[in-house]
Amino acid sequence: MKLTGAQILWEALVREGVSDVFGYPGGAILPAYDAMLAYPVRHVLVRHEQGATHMADGYARASGKVGVAIATSGPGATNMVTGIATAMMDSSPIVCITGQVGSKLIGSDAFQETDITGITLPITKHNYLVTSAEDVAPAVLEAFAVARSGRPGPVLVDITKDAQQGSCDVDWAAAEAHLTEALDAALPGDGDAREAIALINSAERPLILAGHGVMLSGAEREIVALAERAQIPIAVTLLGIGGVAASHPLNLGMMGMHGEAWVNTAIQEADLLIALGMRFDDRVTGNLRTYARNARKIHVDIDRGELNKNVRVDVAIAKDLRAALAEWQPLVAPGDRSAWLAHIQSLKGDVAVRDIQNLPDNGHLYAAHVINDLWRLTGGEALVVTDVGQHQMWEAQYYKHNRSRSLITSGGLGTMGFALPAAIGAKIACPDQEVWVVVGDGGFQMTMAELATVVQENLDINVAIINNGYLGMVRQWQEFFYDKRYAATPIIGPNFQKLAEAFGISAATIKTRAEVAGAVESARRQKRAALIDFQVEQEDSVYPMVPAGADLDRMIRRPSPIVETAAD
Amino acid sequence: MLHTFAVYVDNKPGVLNRVASLFRRRGFNIESLTVGHTETTGVSRMTVVVDTDEYGARRLEANLYKLVPCRRVDNITDAPSIARDLALIKVGATGEARTHVMQLVDVYRARIIDVSPESLVIETTGTEDKIDSLLEVLRPYGVIEMVRTGRVAMARGHVPVRRAFPRGSTTAASDISGDVSNCSV
Repeated sequence: MKLTGAQILWEALVREGVSDVFGYPGGAILPAYDAMLAYPVRHVLVRHEQGATHMADGYARASGKVGVAIATSGPGATNMVTGIATAMMDSSPIVCITGQVGSKLIGSDAFQETDITGITLPITKHNYLVTSAEDVAPAVLEAFAVARSGRPGPVLVDITKDAQQGSCDVDWAAAEAHLTEALDAALPGDGDAREAIALINSAERPLILAGHGVMLSGAEREIVALAERAQIPIAVTLLGIGGVAASHPLNLGMMGMHGEAWVNTAIQEADLLIALGMRFDDRVTGNLRTYARNARKIHVDIDRGELNKNVRVDVAIAKDLRAALAEWQPLVAPGDRSAWLAHIQSLKGDVAVRDIQNLPDNGHLYAAHVINDLWRLTGGEALVVTDVGQHQMWEAQYYKHNRSRSLITSGGLGTMGFALPAAIGAKIACPDQEVWVVVGDGGFQMTMAELATVVQENLDINVAIINNGYLGMVRQWQEFFYDKRYAATPIIGPNFQKLAEAFGISAATIKTRAEVAGAVESARRQKRAALIDFQVEQEDSVYPMVPAGADLDRMIRRPSPIVETAAD
Repeated sequence: MLHTFAVYVDNKPGVLNRVASLFRRRGFNIESLTVGHTETTGVSRMTVVVDTDEYGARRLEANLYKLVPCRRVDNITDAPSIARDLALIKVGATGEARTHVMQLVDVYRARIIDVSPESLVIETTGTEDKIDSLLEVLRPYGVIEMVRTGRVAMARGHVPVRRAFPRGSTTAASDISGDVSNCSV
């Protein structure tokens, strides 16, 4: 039976297990939208195509499945660029479908024509320009295979209008993708597992650096097994949060620019770093010349291009992390590293045991308190989606995530405006989870139109705006490094409570510590969307902080204890 | 140092752009890039010369493999290999100069492939050094125009196939290695 290209598209999506898509219709994608009604797929109408890509991204990160975003040609496609780049940097598997002008019009500057495959070439794993109905099935099936294989990432399929309208028979078996992972397996110069084991077994002060790859490869259990067997402490990257339970005694916490002070110090003092599924981002290493000079280094990453990129390592292994750890496990000697662990404990001093909950209320509302309260009130079980900036770092410091995939945040690209749409995707992927958006007043205003999507889709998402009237992280940099010259960082917003109410969302404005719990509990109780505008201290800063490019253990510490917090 | 890669790619629209874009995006400067068909239908071979260190070369190889249409990458920098460049050189030469030019062409085992009253077109194939040297001696006679293909390269002898082409079923591994022993200069 002949199918149109548009029908083949939906048939292929359904065959790939797609049940939800995020999109916005338009001229060049109309045939696909017309065909959609006959397929069992939930379409979420977004308010901006950037939102569609973030939703697909949040959906993928929450569920591990491939997220799908759809847009029309021209501006619809270009609006997706930020979301695609975000997914690329954070290894999130999404497939973006765009309409394109008719194949005969390509290159003629037709209405709403843009070279989206050219534009997205460096920010996708791969992309396709499909100009005939016959090519739709192979391109879409291969797109899914590419998106989820190896190091996951975004793939774009640009389909001309005539390819959607044309029809043909489909041989689904022949259309199946033929990617193989064997390609990389035989490259010369691979690090040897035995070398890695020898380094681990002889190390006195080893430290595991756990990244996003722990979750992407499903190695949550394996990494804990390794750490427990050999008694090796674990430091996590921002995207690695949740891969190892925060409550695990060997989990030291987050490393890097706003990481825990004792973690960064431990990295500098370690004699062996075991980097697992992380990529030595500059926000994690600080000054590369002085980074972990005492340590030998083992690096396991599925992306060979990450090995020896930023940090030269002694053993580089390009392999799926879970498979690598399973291979190591029986060979790693049970260890006693109590001296090293005790030393790290001593680095914490009393800050780790000092409870910010018990500090006296001085009448000011601090973001750290809000997030710490949110953590307590949700029992640490919520799926939190953050935006980018100060609130993101406070969330990472004060919300203790014990579950894998329970923190979704834009790490590599640092995309403001990510949180609300990504949370919509996460909620649709995991409808049974309690979803909280933690977002600054700046980033929220970038994509707040998606509140309408929340309402239209009847989603129970709670939004916590950490509102300090500044683009806070940039203001902090201006305070530290630009003589407090606050160029363009003071920002006003609407009355967020009234705004939410205009969308039909119940809302509250909170200005004191005492009101926090009540507002959070009220938002949790109702099975519909809620928004809370937390008006917090305006000129608070995130501590500790490693200035960009500085040595990792040269942290700026909180100058005077206005509010002493666990991470200081 | 200069690294030479033989890169096998699917012959599809935009593939050159993908490879070139990768080098640009990762901050590598291409010294020379040639592309042409291979003995296998649907597979093109690029010879890419890049100035980078050993780590850079390894990162490039790894990143090339991440391109979906890229089937195989060989860094043949250190392998015994044959590299050739082809040049067409138009020289203005009349009268006695013409005789001198023809003698030089002979010495360099180049060929004259076009003659007009005012000029000659010389074709030469060889290493880049040889062509540079020929150009040097021709320059005094007046080089009007010149075009070079850039380096194409191939490993000597029988190249063991490290990896079969992974995608599609039309290509047998042996198609690509062939036996090129005894192929001398």
